[in-house]
Amino acid sequence: MAIRERLSGNEAVAYAIKQVNPDVMPAFPITPSTEIPQYVANYIANGEIDTEFIHVESEHSAMSATVGASAAGARAVTATSSCGMALMWEELYVAASNRLPIVLALVNRALSGPININADHSDSMGARDSGWIQIYAESNQEVYDNYIQAFPIAEDTRVHLPVMVCQDGFITSHGVENILLVEDDKVKNFVGEYEPEHYLLNATEKMALGPYAVSNYYMETKRAQRQAMINAREVILEVADKFEKMTGRRYSFFEQYQMEDADYAVVIIGSAAGTCKAAIDEIRNTTGKKAGLIKIRVFRPFPEVEIAKALSKVKAVAVMDRSEMFSATSGPLGAEVRAAMYQEHGTADVVNYFYGLGGRDITVSDFEAVYEKLETLARTHVVTDMYEYIGLRSARPEEV
Amino acid sequence: MEKTTYNFKEVMSKPERLAPGHRMCAGCGGTITVRTVLRALEEGDKAVIGNATGCLEVSSFMYPYTAYEDSYIHNAFENAGATLSGVETAYHVLKKKGKIKDNFKFITFGGDGGTYDIGFQSLSGAMERGHDMVYVCYDNGAYMNTGTQRSSATPQYADTTTTPAGKVSAGKVQIRKDLAAIMAEHHIPYVGQSTFTSNFKDLYTKAQKAIYTPGAAFLNVMSPCPRGWGYEPSEVMNICKLAVDTCYWPMFEVIEGRWILNYEPKNKLPIEEFLRPQRRFKHLFKKENEELIGKFQEEIDKQWEELKNKCN
Repeated sequence: MAIRERLSGNEAVAYAIKQVNPDVMPAFPITPSTEIPQYVANYIANGEIDTEFIHVESEHSAMSATVGASAAGARAVTATSSCGMALMWEELYVAASNRLPIVLALVNRALSGPININADHSDSMGARDSGWIQIYAESNQEVYDNYIQAFPIAEDTRVHLPVMVCQDGFITSHGVENILLVEDDKVKNFVGEYEPEHYLLNATEKMALGPYAVSNYYMETKRAQRQAMINAREVILEVADKFEKMTGRRYSFFEQYQMEDADYAVVIIGSAAGTCKAAIDEIRNTTGKKAGLIKIRVFRPFPEVEIAKALSKVKAVAVMDRSEMFSATSGPLGAEVRAAMYQEHGTADVVNYFYGLGGRDITVSDFEAVYEKLETLARTHVVTDMYEYIGLRSARPEEV
Repeated sequence: MEKTTYNFKEVMSKPERLAPGHRMCAGCGGTITVRTVLRALEEGDKAVIGNATGCLEVSSFMYPYTAYEDSYIHNAFENAGATLSGVETAYHVLKKKGKIKDNFKFITFGGDGGTYDIGFQSLSGAMERGHDMVYVCYDNGAYMNTGTQRSSATPQYADTTTTPAGKVSAGKVQIRKDLAAIMAEHHIPYVGQSTFTSNFKDLYTKAQKAIYTPGAAFLNVMSPCPRGWGYEPSEVMNICKLAVDTCYWPMFEVIEGRWILNYEPKNKLPIEEFLRPQRRFKHLFKKENEELIGKFQEEIDKQWEELKNKCN
């Protein structure tokens, strides 16, 4: 029987770490992910797990030590947020290109400046090209489930890539919700013993890692990483199937909510999906208008064809970004979803909005307004507010 | 674990753990440092060698060839300390879990750029945490891999590509950072500063102590660079001798907080003897710069006295 609990997102991840019992966890405190290493340190202090904690002096060293530990043959994990991951940036690429199956618990928080500790996807979206698999969660249950699934995905020989398990800062990480925990033995069995094929501490086969590889080899390295990311698609689905058999909870690249007959769709990532679902229920109940939602779970690899297919019958789409990329046009999700739709000859009208930067609230009525705009857009085919910031005080600095 | 006798022939006939065929320059001090330190590993002991980005890394592990006979990891420029601390921690936990049977030693090499400067924080963290590893700085006194830019290990007045001697410049303004002393202040069990003596006994025995003393150890090895310093490659051993005989590069060790001076020249030579053969100090021998050599000497004398006091 699953264990009923009430946990915050951070507690849920820490609990999953306890169940997985990884070998090494180097970590550095940063709000809002700090609690994860704190809980793990407590498990260690009380002899509940064998994990060795490395009290690194920075996040750069956290990821550097995680790379070292993983290369050595250990199952290695870390956790961070925001500027912490920005400091790891260089190492994110090293971890991915060395094909190390590291699992990083990322608690999404806005990047500075101004310094801001609240939820926003600028940290992970900025790292979207680093070669990591990225899995996002709406709720504590999802982040817990994703965390457990991350290990068999990362460690699959077809993949061998690091995985970033993302949750929204404070909203998910500190919000306490009901959760169903999987029994310890089932989790242990699900993730299995980590048995790397090649590692530094293998007494029978030496290994050299991190070569100088210039123009005659570099491209092949990148192509191999690309292939691993392509392969990750099937592995993510296989692991999700296995997880469903164990728990009854179904996961895929994204969740479709009321999309069977939807005319108007929102595409979104993370905790705001819950608010959007409430708006959809309200709209459908009161007006009968066919609102739907696609909540992206897997952003890397990007499920291009699947998303385009899921949006092929709707009239209008609002792609909603919780981070800027300062192209002076779209946000990262907006760019990729629209590219996917174009590639698959999608016919829906599309608008791209920004919301929730630096933790700004988005409400049910905000989403209701988005669906109203989509209805107008579908009728007029005229986009009037592309790239609008939802809930902005003013676009003019002097009025703020 | 220190051997009571040092047999040069015996030590030199140990199998090389850095294979020939790497692409380091002729007369490179860094390569000599690596070979000497690795020679101090007991035959049969396994090791994981770490390496900060630098000349050594790009010349000894060019895909698909590695010069290392042991397992090896290069990660980035500024994190050799943290990276090897991850490897070492993995070793302990995997050994505890019974997944690894053999004994491994952990040695990482970084140039002065990767150690004194960009990798300083990572090094300090790894030493403070007390990982059972040796960090070896092959100190050639500048960023040699990128073409002799000034580092905090560069001696005062050195002509580098970012502190060029010019009409209104006499080279680097500041004196070099005393990294071995800073590492000793971490209160780690072993710190040694060395360079190449005629029979390599000093460096070899310090490497042995560093490797086989449990806990964190740091070795600072002056490793001359013929291209950056501007001397004939065949002169490397003479340059080292002049460095220690002028007291520019004192040989000392700090064992459990106890400072020991390993070499005191019978005849302390004037600093000019060390400076003159090197192109990087050529400008100091112009008439208008005469007083700078005096200042250099004053600094050397001051630091030498300070060191002797610590070692008493």
